[in-house]
Amino acid sequence: MSDRIEKSIELKAPVSRVWRALTDYREFGTWFGVTLEGPFAPGKVAGGRINHPECGQLRFECTVQKMEPERLFSFTWHPYAKDPKYDYSKELQTLVEFTLEKTATGTLLRVVESGFDKIPPGRRPEAFRMNDRGWSIQMENIAKHVGHGR
Amino acid sequence: MAARGSAALKTRASLFAALGDETRLSVLAKLSDGAPQSIARLTDGTHVSRQAVTKHLRVLENAGVVRSVRAGRETRFEIVPKSIDQARDWLDDISRQWDDALARLKSFVED
Repeated sequence: MSDRIEKSIELKAPVSRVWRALTDYREFGTWFGVTLEGPFAPGKVAGGRINHPECGQLRFECTVQKMEPERLFSFTWHPYAKDPKYDYSKELQTLVEFTLEKTATGTLLRVVESGFDKIPPGRRPEAFRMNDRGWSIQMENIAKHVGHGR
Repeated sequence: MAARGSAALKTRASLFAALGDETRLSVLAKLSDGAPQSIARLTDGTHVSRQAVTKHLRVLENAGVVRSVRAGRETRFEIVPKSIDQARDWLDDISRQWDDALARLKSFVED
């Protein structure tokens, strides 16, 4: 898991419905827990307040990368909630990709968040290899999600 | 996403930021066998000055990745293995938050 987090989930809803839930900024805000100030558009920044009692002033902010209707929605963000007094601009950004696929019962949604480890493998000290246990856990999660229709 | 507590976040943010630099990674590579090293030793074989290495060590120290230890009159630096565990835990947290978000999405679209 040094480089990525992968999830997949079977949804009993048509691809068009899932696409709208992901890319309509009001619908996205409802399940994600954020009040967005405007719609998603490729190349544009979308931001808003995170709706969580513990998060007070924290902001959600992402830059939309791709919107390929009913297939792929992706954005980059700083994978931390925002401390207003902290400058995150130089810190790493991860890429979040939602991929949709039609199935017999609805939609298979895959989420991949990648780029946690921008370190070229050859330069990475042995002690910092973080992928030993992560991958197997992720594979179990995927199997669990897909297998049990969760 | 929602439940990332703010104080812990800053620590994790500085931890990952500390790791995202080539000079600091090469310093860490020299420390990865666990033995404390002097600044002079850590500067050997690099193309950067002793002062620059010292500055990078401070960044790593502030992020909790290394700590300084005294050896007589000399200050040496050693790696803090716990910081690596924290990085792993942080990724596990994000993974769980995606599980929660996707569960909410599921009930949202299936209702």
